[in-house]
Amino acid sequence: MMTTSYNFTALKTIWIKECTRFLRIWVQTLVPPAITMTLYFVIFGSIVGERIGDMSGRPYMEFIVPGLIMMSVITNSYSNVASSFFSAKFQRNIEEMLVAPVSTPVIIAGYVGGGLARAMIVAVIVTLVSFTFVENVSINHAGILVLTVVLTSTLFSLAGLINAVYAKTFDDISIVPTFILTPLTYLGGVFFSISLLPGIWETVARANPVLYMVNAFRYGFLGVSDVSISVALSVIIAFNLVFFVTAYTLLQRGIGIRS
Amino acid sequence: MKALSISNLRKTYKGGFEALKGIDLDVEEGDFFALLGPNGAGKSTTIGIISSLVNKSAGQVSVFGYDLDTQLVDLKKQIGLVPQEFNFNQFETVRQIVVNQAGYYGVPRQVAHERAEHYLKQLGLWDKRDNAARMLSGGMKRRLMIARALLHEPKLLILDEPTAGVDIELRRSMWDYLIDINKQGITIILTTHYLEEAETLCRNIAIIDQGNIVENTSIKRLLATLNRETFVLDLSRDDDTRVEPALEGFTMRQMDDHTIEVDVEKSQGLNKVFDQLSAQNIKVLSMRNKANRLEELFVDLVERGRTEKSAAGA
Repeated sequence: MMTTSYNFTALKTIWIKECTRFLRIWVQTLVPPAITMTLYFVIFGSIVGERIGDMSGRPYMEFIVPGLIMMSVITNSYSNVASSFFSAKFQRNIEEMLVAPVSTPVIIAGYVGGGLARAMIVAVIVTLVSFTFVENVSINHAGILVLTVVLTSTLFSLAGLINAVYAKTFDDISIVPTFILTPLTYLGGVFFSISLLPGIWETVARANPVLYMVNAFRYGFLGVSDVSISVALSVIIAFNLVFFVTAYTLLQRGIGIRS
Repeated sequence: MKALSISNLRKTYKGGFEALKGIDLDVEEGDFFALLGPNGAGKSTTIGIISSLVNKSAGQVSVFGYDLDTQLVDLKKQIGLVPQEFNFNQFETVRQIVVNQAGYYGVPRQVAHERAEHYLKQLGLWDKRDNAARMLSGGMKRRLMIARALLHEPKLLILDEPTAGVDIELRRSMWDYLIDINKQGITIILTTHYLEEAETLCRNIAIIDQGNIVENTSIKRLLATLNRETFVLDLSRDDDTRVEPALEGFTMRQMDDHTIEVDVEKSQGLNKVFDQLSAQNIKVLSMRNKANRLEELFVDLVERGRTEKSAAGA
């Protein structure tokens, strides 16, 4: 009982600290997604989108809304945890937690909770921005929508944490977003349906985990998806488990944080 | 009860550097204990292992009976750590830093805020509670780390060179504070380069060099082994001319027209020096130790340890 109580207090403390951090620098954390997504809506939606016409039976602007929200969720959950945890390592204030009786799952949950909170706020901001461009944004499956966004931001928060554990310089935490995350997101069906891809490329696209997240989220919004929802959710959950076990093992062994 | 018990503690870093070579150390509850040693001797590694920031290679560590390997959570609750380098988030406020630290130990937020007020007032930081930590002076940052380490009310406080870079006035006020909390029952282990600090504050001492404990005793007993001290005497004559005394039986060095250095063996006593100076109509205006007594012993012990080791190796 005592253990549960102090673990909960520690978790709450890390979570509040993380939320305070990204809210304190809101100009760097919450405003950029709103501006970037506005540009995407203006360029790909209004200007180019009108010439494209429908995609998966929906107006192009409506089609890209879920993908753009998901793109913001992915980048923000990832960068929040990666930069926060690496800064804590760099400034050595991670030691504040390491000397205290904070268990590894609590540290992971606290940081992931921070990434999740930022991703949720950004998701709401981007959704509100989309309302100014799309008149009727309908939600077909609210449960799938919420489940997908929570699981996806958890997954990328864990990925950001793993990146930060290994990172030795600030450059190391920008390599993964630049060379892996951005290509996967752009090729993950944010701007197009994979049914448009010719033969082999459609199969290749299915190896991209981001595709399942974008499509599950799009299904929650529009009720359309290029992949089976049960398969999509299974893939996301499987990645979550793999990343959690990896993060747990790394922290428990003290990789990158203990001599 | 033992506040800290270390047995055969070893640490070999990646690359093969052996920082600790099987040290044994006991610190009694309520003690004010100094861990001294030159740079790279193994002090910070020892502290790192006790506070679980460094993984040990072998050996046992227990704090107030809690074992590092099997009762880590309980062990951690007993310890408050003041590290050598500032390791708080420079962008957080003073209050956030201490309240968060208490939270990591499971102290409820309301209680943490009450304790934060108590300790920040005691350490003269209450007025700065809402300032970002980066805005504090060096001395304030040191005090902030002490406050942070005390917020979960540990039984053992470990300070790794807490007064490094702190001015004399502040250092003395920190000493008073540490003496005060030690009297209240907190066991304190201190590493320092200021040997005067160890002599003033601590009752027991361990000297570590090249990963080995070369001495572990009480400061009183250690100082009693000091056989020779060097004194600096400022002298004068009535006619204010150059003073060049002759001191039979003593080694003496003339430093300037009015100052001499005299080596005095413990068996000789200072009276003989004064007697001879008086006989030569020389007045002693002032007198002081040339070096800190503990410093002399420290250098002596470290050098002796190294000589013995190289002799054994040869």
